[in-house]
Amino acid sequence: MNLNEHLAALQIVVPLLAVPLIALLQLRRMAWLVATLTSLMAFAIAVAMTVGVLNGQDYQYFMGNWQPPYGIELRVDALSALLLLVITAASSAALLASYHSLDTQIEPRRHALFYAAWILALAGLSGIAVTADAFNVFVFMEISSLASYVLMAGGPDRRGLPAVFKYLILGTIGATFYLIGVGLIYMMTGTLNLEDMAQRVTQVADQKPVLAAAGFITVGLALKAAMFPLHLWLPNAYTYAPHVVTAFLAACATKVSLYVLLRFDFLVFQDNLVSHPLRFASLLMPMAIFAILIASAVAMFEKNIKRLLAWSSVAQIGYITLGASLVTVSGLTASVLHIFNHALAKGSLFLAVACLAMRLPGLQLRDLAGCARSMPWTFAALVLGGLSLIGVPGTAGFISKWYLISALLTLGAAGVALVAVIVIGSLMAVVYIWRIVEQAYFQAPSNPAAPAAEAPLTLLVVTWVAVLANVYFGLQPALPLALSSSAAAALMGATP
Amino acid sequence: MTILFAVFLLSLLVIIAVAIIRAENLFVALMLTTIFSLLMATNFFILDAADVALTEAAIGAGITTVIFLGALALTSEHEKPFVAVPWLALPVVAVTAALLIFASFDNPRLGDPEAPIHQHVVPWYLEQTPKLVDIPNVVTAILGSFRAFDTLGEVFVIFAACIGVLFLLSARKPSETRCTAPASVGLSQHLIPKVAGRFILPFIILFGFYVQFHGDFGPGGGFQAGAIVATGLILFALLEGEERALRAFPRWIMMAMAAGGALLYALVGVAGIAMGGKFLDYSVLSSDPIAGQHLGILLIEAGVGITVCGSLLLIFHAFAARESF
Repeated sequence: MNLNEHLAALQIVVPLLAVPLIALLQLRRMAWLVATLTSLMAFAIAVAMTVGVLNGQDYQYFMGNWQPPYGIELRVDALSALLLLVITAASSAALLASYHSLDTQIEPRRHALFYAAWILALAGLSGIAVTADAFNVFVFMEISSLASYVLMAGGPDRRGLPAVFKYLILGTIGATFYLIGVGLIYMMTGTLNLEDMAQRVTQVADQKPVLAAAGFITVGLALKAAMFPLHLWLPNAYTYAPHVVTAFLAACATKVSLYVLLRFDFLVFQDNLVSHPLRFASLLMPMAIFAILIASAVAMFEKNIKRLLAWSSVAQIGYITLGASLVTVSGLTASVLHIFNHALAKGSLFLAVACLAMRLPGLQLRDLAGCARSMPWTFAALVLGGLSLIGVPGTAGFISKWYLISALLTLGAAGVALVAVIVIGSLMAVVYIWRIVEQAYFQAPSNPAAPAAEAPLTLLVVTWVAVLANVYFGLQPALPLALSSSAAAALMGATP
Repeated sequence: MTILFAVFLLSLLVIIAVAIIRAENLFVALMLTTIFSLLMATNFFILDAADVALTEAAIGAGITTVIFLGALALTSEHEKPFVAVPWLALPVVAVTAALLIFASFDNPRLGDPEAPIHQHVVPWYLEQTPKLVDIPNVVTAILGSFRAFDTLGEVFVIFAACIGVLFLLSARKPSETRCTAPASVGLSQHLIPKVAGRFILPFIILFGFYVQFHGDFGPGGGFQAGAIVATGLILFALLEGEERALRAFPRWIMMAMAAGGALLYALVGVAGIAMGGKFLDYSVLSSDPIAGQHLGILLIEAGVGITVCGSLLLIFHAFAARESF
C-alpha cells in the first residue's frame, strides 16, 4: 500500500475520521489534543503534496476507482497545494493558540463539540481545495459553512449571534447561487467534472443558460468571499467570533471561495464564453478598487481592534481580485501570491489580538494606552504583522504588492492610475496600523484595568512563529512564488 | 394530462409561497411550508424522481416541521413587525428572477431524449450499473457507489448540523434548562393521540427499516429511512413525554449513533484503501467485485441511516430540553 498515491484523499479523510471521535470525547483537553494532532497531520499531508507538486507530480485521484466524469475526481495542482498549505497551517497555529485562548471564551464542557466543528471546517475547506468536481465543491462548501457558522457563534458576546445569523443568510444565498449556476451548466453539458465541463461547454450552441450560470456562480462566490459591496456580513462576524476562530477563518475562509471563483472562471468560462475576459475584468476591477479605498477608509476610523482588522480584510480581498481582474499571468501570480501572504499577515495579526485579549478582553483602541510597556512581545508582534499588512520591504506583504504593481505597470496609463490606488490603500493601512502603535507606545497609561503581565508563553510562541514566517517569506519568497506562478500559468493556460 | 397536473401543482406552489410570506402567525407559516414540501414531493414524483420525492416528504415535510415546532416553542408565535421596509430587496429579487427566466430561454425541452444530460454520463450509468454494481435502483448505485464521496459529505453535513445545534443550545448550564414543566408528560393525558399513536408507531418503525433495506431495489435508502425511524421515535417522545423517551432511549445512545454511523461510512472507505483499492472502492472488499459492491453499499447505507436517525433525535431533544430562551 503506497500512501503517497492516496495523499489527496487522506487530506480530507483524516479530519473526517477524527470528527466523530472528537465529538465523543468528553474530556476537553483530549478533544483539543486530538483536534490539534489531526490538524498537524493534515498540515504534514499538505506539505508532502506541495513538495510533490514542486517536483512536477500531479496528484490525481479517482474516488471509488470510478473514472471521471462518472465518478468523483480529486486533483491537487500548484493552486490547490498553496491553498491547502494556508488552510492547514492556519488551522494548526490557531488550534495551538486555542489551548489558552479558548478557556476565557467558551465554557470547558462545550469544548469537545467546538473542536469537532473546527475539524469539520478544516475538512470542508480542504475538500473544496482538493476536489475537481463542481457538485463535490458544493457539498464541502456546505460542511465548511455550517461548521464556520457554529464556530463564529461560539463567542461570549451575545451580539455575535445576530452577526452570525446575517452571515448564515448571506452565505446560504451565496451557496444557493453557486448551486443554481452548477445546475444550469449541468443541464447544458450533462457533466459535473470541471475539466470535462470546460471541454463540453465549447460545444453548447445556446449560450444563454451558460451565461446566466457564469453570473450566478460569480456573484454567489463573490458573496461568500466578501467582495465589496457584498462584504456586509464580514466585519461583525469576525469581530464577535472567538479570537482563535477569527485567526483561523480570516486566514483562509474567504480565500477558498476566491479559489473556486478563479477555478471556475478561468477553467470553464474564460475560454468558452464570448468576451468573458472583458466582462470578468469590468465586473471585478471596480469592485476591487472600491474595496481597497472604501474599506481601508472605514478601517481608519474603527474603534475596536478586531473590527479594524476585519475591515482591512475586506480591503485586502480587493488586492487579490484586482490582480485577477487583469486576466494576465503576471496579474494572477500577484493575486495568488497575495492569498498566501495576506493569510500570513492577517493570521499573525489575529493571533496577536488573541494574545492581547488574554489581558484586555474589551479590545477597544482607547484602552490600549501605554499597554506596550506591560506586553512588549504582543505589541512587537502586532507591529511586525502590521508592517507585513502595509507591505514594508522585508515582509511577505511587500512581495505580493511588488508583483501586483509590476503587473499593473505593464498596462500603461491605466496601470499607473491603478498603482495610485494601491499606494493610497497602503498609506491608509499605515494610518490604521499607526493608530494602534500610537496608543500602545506613545500614550501614557490611563486605563485602570491595564494589563499587568504578558500573555501565556505558548500563545506568544505560536504568534511569534507566525510573525517570523512573515519575515521569512519576505526574504525568501521562492516557495510561494514558485507555486503561484505555476498556478497562474495553469489557470491562464486555457486562455489564448 | 401530466402537464396539466404539473401546472396545477406549480401554481399551487406559487400561491402557497406568497401565503408564507404574508403570514404573520409563525405557526401558520410553518404549516404552509409543510404543505409546500408535500406539494414539492408530489412534483418530484410527477417528474419520475421517486427517490427525491420520498426524501422531500420524509425530511422536508416530516422532520423539518417537527424541528421548527420545537424552535417555535422557544420563541413567540407572532412575527415582529418590520421596523424598516427593505426596499432594496425588491429590485434584487426582480433582477435574480429576470436572470433565471433569461436562462430558461434556451433550456432543452422537458424530457427531451436529445438533451445533453441524457447524452453524456447518464447512458453510461444506465448501461454499466447492471454489469458493475448489479442492483436494480440506478439512483442508489450512483449515490452509494459512483458518487459515494458526495454522499459521505452529506452525512457529515447532517452530523455538522447536529454538532452545531448541540453546541449552540448548550450555551447555559443544563440545570437551568432542564425540562420540568408539565410539557414533559407529553400527550399521555389525551386519549385519541395516545391510542392512535401507539397503534401506528410500530408500523412507522417497520416502514423505516423497509425503506432502509429496500433502497437497492426501489426508492429509498439511508437518508429517508433514518428520518422515518427518527420520526417514529419523536412521536413516542411526544406521546409519552420527554423524560420517559430519554429513559427508554438515552442521549448517549443517540450521540453514539450519530458519530458511529459517520465513522462506519468513512471506515468502509478506508477499508477500500487497506484492501489495495482506492478510497470508497467497494470492489476490493470481496473476492467477487459485484459482491463487494453489494456489501459496500449495504454498509454505507446503514451508516447513513444510523447517523441521520441519531442526529435528528439529538436535534429534537436539544430543542425539547430548552424550555425557554
